[in-house]
Amino acid sequence: MMSRFSTLGLDRVSRDFGGHTALEELTLDIAGGEFVALLGPSGCGKSTALNCLAGLLPLTGGAILLDGERIDSIAPERRGFGMVFQNYALFPHLTVRGNVAFGLKMARVPKADIVRRTDRALETVQLTGHAHRRPGQLSGGQQQRVAIARAIVLEPRLVLMDEPLSNLDASLRLEMRTEIRRLHQSLGLTTVYVTHDQEEALSLADRLVVLRDGVTQQIGTPGEVYGRPANRYVAAFMGYRNMLDVTVTAARGARLSLDLAGARITGLGRAPLSAGDRAVAALRPEDLEPAADGPARGIPAAVEVVEYHGREFAVQARLGDGRPVHFRTARRPAPGDAVELTADPERVLVFPPDVPAALGASRPGRRPGGSPRLRAVTP
Amino acid sequence: MTRVREHPPPPGAAPRASASRARPALRHRLAERGVDRTLLLLAPGAVFLVLLFCYPFLYGLQLSFQPQRGGGALANYRAFFGDPYLRETVWITLGLAVPVALVNCLAAVPVAFRTRGPFRGRRLITTLLVMPITLGTVLTAQGLLGYLGPGGWLNKTLLATGITDTPLELVHNYWGVFASLVITGFPFSYLLTLSYLTGIDPGLEQAAATLGASKRQRFRHVTLPLLAPGLAVTFCLSFVLAFAVFPSAQLVGDPRGETHVISIEAYQAAFQKFDYSLGSAIAMVMAAVMTAVVLVVLAWRSMLYRGATGGKG
Repeated sequence: MMSRFSTLGLDRVSRDFGGHTALEELTLDIAGGEFVALLGPSGCGKSTALNCLAGLLPLTGGAILLDGERIDSIAPERRGFGMVFQNYALFPHLTVRGNVAFGLKMARVPKADIVRRTDRALETVQLTGHAHRRPGQLSGGQQQRVAIARAIVLEPRLVLMDEPLSNLDASLRLEMRTEIRRLHQSLGLTTVYVTHDQEEALSLADRLVVLRDGVTQQIGTPGEVYGRPANRYVAAFMGYRNMLDVTVTAARGARLSLDLAGARITGLGRAPLSAGDRAVAALRPEDLEPAADGPARGIPAAVEVVEYHGREFAVQARLGDGRPVHFRTARRPAPGDAVELTADPERVLVFPPDVPAALGASRPGRRPGGSPRLRAVTP
Repeated sequence: MTRVREHPPPPGAAPRASASRARPALRHRLAERGVDRTLLLLAPGAVFLVLLFCYPFLYGLQLSFQPQRGGGALANYRAFFGDPYLRETVWITLGLAVPVALVNCLAAVPVAFRTRGPFRGRRLITTLLVMPITLGTVLTAQGLLGYLGPGGWLNKTLLATGITDTPLELVHNYWGVFASLVITGFPFSYLLTLSYLTGIDPGLEQAAATLGASKRQRFRHVTLPLLAPGLAVTFCLSFVLAFAVFPSAQLVGDPRGETHVISIEAYQAAFQKFDYSLGSAIAMVMAAVMTAVVLVVLAWRSMLYRGATGGKG
């Protein structure tokens, strides 16, 4: 039943709805056994991409190739891909066992094999004791596990997961996340996983695809996307909460000296920038800390709001010109305190102020991705 | 995750709380059971039902046991079931109503299935399908006579093209009434079936597809089981509408023979022979037959899954 593949290729896969492009030329090669996460906010095209892969949505452009063979016109029931839906889509009239056995029954697998394989799948997701219940009698986490068991019992070539954890509460989500990773490790099923939660994507996936408005922003390992975001949009999505407008005062290769409202900091250019350019410095709150007492030369700021986060305090402060800045500290500051903030220059990423809409060279005919400040506003 | 959220109550607090736990006010206890003043909104409906259904029904029931020509309480029923011409009306009516209800339900399923999703011109097609509701039986009969009658367009066309050499007999018999009942009954079945179908989450069929189920298997194993309880209700309503057939049996049927339905006999007893008592008895037989069929269908329905179907409806 299980037929492995070596590569699943998405070649400029596009999907339009009316005049709106939901997914624009997604190109991606997935290796057999890989866990790939499609990441982005709602409306970024990640679910569209997944539905295109499953065959539930026809493409309007591009091709999907499985080991070099086009599969994008094959009906979903003949692709042999398993899918876990966001709302689980369990059959309400069938028991847990009936749900899990459904695919095997449709494939006319011999009865004894159906029982054996269903038992094993139920065991894998630890639902053996609930086999005779109906989905309506299960908790969200249990339903979710039924959905997973139903998809993996067929040992599909590819498992597609559409935000499977988004309907669960926080602790269950963590538990199921580990469960999904464990299943992936033990069964070695190639998985494409859609989520809007960067933490989920980072912790689960071997590779991430960050999407925005249907356009691929960055493809890379969790480490690459987290540590070296391709543009300020990806950076913002990856937890770089501070996006500070700066002016480049000097550039030595990627090492940039920056002017931040009078304060001087250094950072790492993520795109070619030269002296005099306006730019944006991206910084995680946890990489920004108040300098120890002494003649520190950091960014002066005034503490405004202090939140207790257990091991540390999350602080919102204001720069001299009133712009907010977020940082973390182990010692409790008081609102109104003046602090000098410093950061490791390696951790200050500097981007051009405008996000290029696509990776690499810009393509003609694209909708403007420029900053809204430049657009005329008519009331 | 291991943090303890609930604190034990301070000592001494518990006994005090239970001591002061008086019985809640009657209003609150009623409200717990869903009884409050807004229930009064049901009053007009309840009064209406009692005055216009329960009272006439019970009045008719007792009237049916008081035959005008004497002979004991059951004389009317004996008269009805003793006369083969009268007895036969039950079977004639069932022979019309059951096939009509079945055809209406079965025809509604594929049409509703195809028109449930969005497509260009959906509103126009839905409107056309529902339009016959506005026609009324008499207008439908008029149309059928003109179209299907011996000198109607259909027969004229068939004769002119040489497909038949004698006109088809499509009115003033069983088929005329059948056609009339399907035309007026289909919109109801269609609308009901459509609303049941749109109540089923389309994601379930997609899930079935990703599990390898073909179109036919998806319909057979997912859509149909979830639709079946709705179809049972649709059948019942369709059947009851058709069982009470009267005008079309007169106008496009053969009221003395093939379509000598039970309501004709009830009408004749009550308003031509002015034997209200016999008329009531026949009406009671009608009610009993309808109830029996509906109960059988509902008993079957109670064996099906009737829970949530995951959709919007």
